[in-house]
Amino acid sequence: MKSFLLVDDSAIIRKLAKRMLAKHGYEFSEAENGAVALMICRTDMPNGILLDWNMPVMDGLAFIRELRRLPGGDQPKVLFCTTECEMDKIETAMGAGADEFIMKPFDEEILSSKLELVGLA
Amino acid sequence: MISTDFEFLAGFLKTNSGLTLTPDKAYLIESRLQPIAAKHGKGDVAGLINALRTFPTQDLRRDVIEAMTTNETSFFRDTKPFDIFKSEVLGKLVTARAARKSLRIWCAAASSGQEPYSIAILLKDDPRLAGWKIDLVATDIDTSILAKATTGRYSKFEVQRGMPIQLLMKHFTKLNDDTWEVKPEIRSMVSFRQLNLLEDFSTIGTVDVVFCRNVLIYFDAATKGGVLGKISRRLSDDGYLFLGGAETVLGVSDAFEPSTGNRGLYVKPQRLAQAA
Repeated sequence: MKSFLLVDDSAIIRKLAKRMLAKHGYEFSEAENGAVALMICRTDMPNGILLDWNMPVMDGLAFIRELRRLPGGDQPKVLFCTTECEMDKIETAMGAGADEFIMKPFDEEILSSKLELVGLA
Repeated sequence: MISTDFEFLAGFLKTNSGLTLTPDKAYLIESRLQPIAAKHGKGDVAGLINALRTFPTQDLRRDVIEAMTTNETSFFRDTKPFDIFKSEVLGKLVTARAARKSLRIWCAAASSGQEPYSIAILLKDDPRLAGWKIDLVATDIDTSILAKATTGRYSKFEVQRGMPIQLLMKHFTKLNDDTWEVKPEIRSMVSFRQLNLLEDFSTIGTVDVVFCRNVLIYFDAATKGGVLGKISRRLSDDGYLFLGGAETVLGVSDAFEPSTGNRGLYVKPQRLAQAA
């Protein structure tokens, strides 16, 4: 079974995303910040990651930079998912190794569309 | 709704737009026509249909047709047809049109513009077409949806359905937190105009590719056949027709044959004979 890691300090967003992704049959893990997400990735690298930007302890940008340096860290498809929607922020996220970018708020159709674009649908 | 009103409305839509209104779609009538009834001061849908039946103005007729037309679309909708267009179709046409270096493409149901702009982006980014003259005509029966298409402005939700983020950044300008605008160099590639597929469309001229996706499903078999025949006369002999995934020419028209291995793509039958 393919695995998906939901990284967001909002439990509501994680729950919402999990519900939207349910039909794709993923096994889910959750992290409330980048540091916890990194620990999960070190032991069990997921196939896909939905990644918030602003989080306590370690933010999304610091996480993805660390992730891409890990053995096998180039594998997961990372969808940045944030309210930080200025062009320079999008460029920074993509430059740091994100595969796609979702501007919050989002709906199920957008999430499905982005999964398809990165080959995870 | 009383059955005579339903039958009148179904007949009106069939005659004027080709739309087939079946009883299972009756639930759409109230939600889509009530605002039109209010706009024209007809009270309710029954009053609106009575007005359509007796002294319909041109505005009323147009508003009813537009309200009952489905405008669902997204950028690069269904993905696969655009892959086929890029690899198979453009690959062949770049060779076949090498001498004249020009392409004419027609989107026959452009709706709010996502399909023609998706095509324009693919053409703009294709190095094989550098220096080519591209003529991209986009038509729809619905003038209000064409007005939106012409602006090239889309909400944050619309630009995230089907559009890869890299293409969004390259070909759109962010106007504010909720609105993105297609850049002028892409907008200028597309010319929008109103067109009813039931009427004569010889003014379109001859084109190399036609996108007529997810329109024929709303027509009955005879209307589908008629429209496909007219499209065939607008398409160059080595041209290509894209239909929606749920549409087919089989049993409807002999003007086209499916292109083997390319779902949704159709060619004129004599090409198959020549290739054999």
